[in-house]
Amino acid sequence: MTGRIEPMVGRYVHVEIDGTAHRIYFEEAGRGIPLVCLHTAGSDGRQWRHLLADEEFAKDFRIIAFDLPWHGKSNPPADWNGTEYQLTTARYTETIRAFCAALDLERPVVMGCSIGGRIVLNLAIDHAREFRALIGLEAADFQAPWYDTSWLNRPDVHGGEVCAALVSGLVAPQSPAETRMETLWAYKQGGPGVFKGDLYFYRVDGDLRGRTGAIDTSVCPLYLLTGEYDFSCMPEDTLRTAAGIVGAQVTVMEQLGHFPMSENPAQFRSYIAPVLETIKQQKTS
Amino acid sequence: MKKSDPVSEAFTRLPAMLEQGAALIQRGRLLDVDCLLGSTEQAFHVAIRGGRIVDLAPAPVLMRVWTFAYRATPEAWTAYWQPMPAAGWHDLLALTKRGAATLEGDIKPFMTHLQYFKDLLALPRTGAAR
Repeated sequence: MTGRIEPMVGRYVHVEIDGTAHRIYFEEAGRGIPLVCLHTAGSDGRQWRHLLADEEFAKDFRIIAFDLPWHGKSNPPADWNGTEYQLTTARYTETIRAFCAALDLERPVVMGCSIGGRIVLNLAIDHAREFRALIGLEAADFQAPWYDTSWLNRPDVHGGEVCAALVSGLVAPQSPAETRMETLWAYKQGGPGVFKGDLYFYRVDGDLRGRTGAIDTSVCPLYLLTGEYDFSCMPEDTLRTAAGIVGAQVTVMEQLGHFPMSENPAQFRSYIAPVLETIKQQKTS
Repeated sequence: MKKSDPVSEAFTRLPAMLEQGAALIQRGRLLDVDCLLGSTEQAFHVAIRGGRIVDLAPAPVLMRVWTFAYRATPEAWTAYWQPMPAAGWHDLLALTKRGAATLEGDIKPFMTHLQYFKDLLALPRTGAAR
């Protein structure tokens, strides 16, 4: 073969979530500490492709990114009858735990962005002992809404166009045009109502204010990193959340927005590499 | 219109800047709307037909109606139009969230063409359509 082939491999795993069988698509690369990556609302695991292709990280980490049901190549479950999709805290938590169990992952690291960052906080509250470390990107216990989500799914407005246009402002202006467009492309491809359904968790069901103080970082270290250009989960939202969690490590990432791993992979790498190195040392110490 | 108002002067140049951007006009090809755009000090009635600005007149115009209005403070426009705007000043909806701009009226045409309006109103940043 003369073509350049990237190292990640994609497969499907059958997972039972809330009593229903789901066929979940995931990609993985590397070997070592399991590192499960969670995509943002309304997108899919392709956001992690640069991390999955990182040969240095792959030496010590088994990097895994899966598509939530209804997202990317993970279809809705076979018994779905077309009712409105709605992600809840309980469902999201169970999905992650069921996926990790299905792959027999031993105390994985979980890194999530946006809704993935929010659910990481919930994992830290309720299931810390199951994880080696937790990383929340663009994560906070709550943030003020900045638009009405009813615009995301209505027959007279193009869902893909409006979803992408809304989040386009969350990409930092310094991010390369190529990766900006790729980040937005995933939003143009989402199924109808999926982004909106994810935001039910973010806006309505997943308010963690008053609960994050229970996080014990001596059981599971917690790292929070937020881009300075993210005006959805603003740096002050993350800093406020971190201030209430003893031992939480917080970083504000310059020249990055709401999608650090996909909008500017090189810039993101400079921030996540030290975190992964610390987690690696934690294992060997 | 106030003299020596660089924000208003930029708005008066919008039709010409848009005409240089065939791709942006193409994206707005199905857009016909009368809207109010500008600063909180000086807004403009903007008539868009087929993605082109066919009329731009300083407000107020007696009994002229508009469908939606997007108005930001002069300071917000100045910050928004920086070649590399500062965080929180880099997007139309970042400006509304921070209270430096208002979005009013029937916003459906704005939402159906959200990226069009973001790019149209960012033209003074570069002087040409992206």
